[in-house]
Amino acid sequence: MNIHIKNGRLIDPKNRIDSQQDIFIADRRIAAIGKAPQGFAASQVIDAGGLIVMPGLVDVAARLREPGYEYKATLESEMTAAVAGGVTSLSCPPDTDPPLDEPGLVEMLKHRARLLNQARVFPLGALTYGLKGTELTEMIELTEAGCKAFSQADAPLTDTRVLLRAMQYAATFGYRVWLRPQDSFLARNGVAHDGEVATRLGLPTIPVVAETIALATMLQLAGETGVKLHICRISSAAAVELIRNAKREGLAVTCDVSMNHVHLTEMDIGFFDANCHIVPPLRSLRDRDALRAGLKDGTIDAVCSNHSPVDEDAKQLPFAEAEDGATGLELLLPLVLKWAEQERVPLLDALARVTINPALLLGQKIGHLSVGAHADICVYDPGSAWKVEPAALRSQGKNTPFNGYEMQGRVRYTLLDGQVVYQST
Amino acid sequence: MKNPQLDNNGELQHLLTTEGLPVEIIRDILDRAATFVDVSDGGDIKKTPLLHGKSVFNVFFESSTRTRTTFEIAAKRLSADVVNLNVGSSSTSKGETLLDTVDNLCAMHADMFVVRHAQSGAAHFIARHVAPDVHVINAGDGRHAHPTQALLDMFTIRHYKKEFHNLRVAIVGDVLHSRVARSQIHALTTLGVPEVRVIAPKTLLPRHVEKLGVQVYHDMALGLRDVDAVLMLRLQNERMQGALLPSAQEYFKYYGLTQERLALAKEGAIVMHPGPMNRGVEIDSSVADGPHSVILPQVTFGIAVRMAVMSMLAGNT
Repeated sequence: MNIHIKNGRLIDPKNRIDSQQDIFIADRRIAAIGKAPQGFAASQVIDAGGLIVMPGLVDVAARLREPGYEYKATLESEMTAAVAGGVTSLSCPPDTDPPLDEPGLVEMLKHRARLLNQARVFPLGALTYGLKGTELTEMIELTEAGCKAFSQADAPLTDTRVLLRAMQYAATFGYRVWLRPQDSFLARNGVAHDGEVATRLGLPTIPVVAETIALATMLQLAGETGVKLHICRISSAAAVELIRNAKREGLAVTCDVSMNHVHLTEMDIGFFDANCHIVPPLRSLRDRDALRAGLKDGTIDAVCSNHSPVDEDAKQLPFAEAEDGATGLELLLPLVLKWAEQERVPLLDALARVTINPALLLGQKIGHLSVGAHADICVYDPGSAWKVEPAALRSQGKNTPFNGYEMQGRVRYTLLDGQVVYQST
Repeated sequence: MKNPQLDNNGELQHLLTTEGLPVEIIRDILDRAATFVDVSDGGDIKKTPLLHGKSVFNVFFESSTRTRTTFEIAAKRLSADVVNLNVGSSSTSKGETLLDTVDNLCAMHADMFVVRHAQSGAAHFIARHVAPDVHVINAGDGRHAHPTQALLDMFTIRHYKKEFHNLRVAIVGDVLHSRVARSQIHALTTLGVPEVRVIAPKTLLPRHVEKLGVQVYHDMALGLRDVDAVLMLRLQNERMQGALLPSAQEYFKYYGLTQERLALAKEGAIVMHPGPMNRGVEIDSSVADGPHSVILPQVTFGIAVRMAVMSMLAGNT
């Protein structure tokens, strides 16, 4: 199937292209940019006049809830949501039930995802068995099964000796370790930022030092072991500063932030809106502004959806008892565009945060439109405004703090491996 | 953002918190309560028919004898039918969700719910889900709010001090875990009290308590100086376990209200406590039973204030 996408504004952050160019797809790959290759006969022509043609988005944190939590979401529902959001590659944390700590589980997940033929799925393996923080998993076996890095997801790893050993072992084989910094003692029972809103509402808190103490420990151990460390979902200005300094000192550290934290603050909790019960907690305006600045200056490498669908019943509870999490795959692109517009970041730089940068974190040859690359492409209409209505979302998770928000930018086509897997009606 | 306790006409639909409660409504409640003091006193008139034919459900997910009883008395003096439900010991332990419990109670045609729950925000949650003609009164949600307690405290202060705009008020004790303190602070600042102080060790204060508009003191001798009213908070015994305090003895030594400390307050200062008291922990018996104490009148006024709130809500249907 040969596809010709014509008249679009092509944006490819990796190759620093931002201009109106046609793109030609043959044999599932990008055959040419600009001029058709000799003898190219298109079986489908997509007129992208007025539209933007970019690499399919790469989301480094999307929970698919399989295996074990199919009542919250299934691979089918969430992969459909992914391509509707222009996301063609995603990595999923290992906090399934059972956790992704055995090669068989990873192979099954990869196999199920492949059969659905929607987005590419790159599972993260559990760093420790059962995510219990005591014994190392078989990282080599898990890597051979398809794991791209190792993570504790949101499970605590309080034993610093185990953390040191896990990093040493991963470093031996060049594996990347992904960790979300949170001291479990300081965060115990907490559900909100230790700020003005929690003071008013009487909510148990997770102070910023819970993040920075854990982060400082991780950075020190990374320096000690030489492991490639990826820090997940930072939430505070102080954490941005710690990462900035670590990078300046030459440490092999990268980091991401969730789109929720780029746009929202503790104030959005309002009168106990359980949609804003997310992990890590939404923090102050100052923290949010520092995260936005860090994303702009490159301290933060990537922005992710932190897609965590939960079932409706689990949210129908008082704030602290409601399960944390929010849907996000379908909102990632418009929220990145919103940030870029508000912060006056050129599209070429903004879209790098959801394409080539996360692709490099996963060590995959995706997230760009080079000739010869897999034709994973997102075509969106920058002029199309829409309103977030939970019922209209394809994800099985309907809870989002952005309920009712006006969004700018709607995905028109998503191509995976040279095939149209989504087309808006 | 719409205030969830007011209806479209700006009248009281639910009483969930004193935060954001318009000062006119607070004054209205206090004025109305004054007319009930006689009824609640058990004077000549024992009952008034304002809630005749209405049913009030006391739904307590967290057990409480005292607060539930005062709501029950208030409702009965207004001639309402009262149903007491200790949900903590029935439905939820059988696995029923909070929402199912509320739906079931709505189906029994309650006109008013008086709700207590261990989670902050539970009353807001329930108010969001009840039918539009049902009223919810928050009788305490987690650490968040206990508005009728704060309103009866305001009534007591007004009874003894007449005005609010010239007062200095100190709240002493475990502000961090206290729904009473949060509701008192919002009520006092809304009524125009120029100086509200909190006195406690740092472990018992929320991190940003000053953002609520209070002055923070850690020393009783400084904090009590020249105050017109001392609002004591109850110290739960479990605070010794969470590494918040070393011992009840040490707490009493530095933060207990004794006669010597009370002497630093303004002459004629009043001492209040929401009960139940821990004598010898937060308050000395000689103060609790002394001439400055208005702790028992608080209880009497509490019934009048709850009658005022219920009758106001019933009138706003």
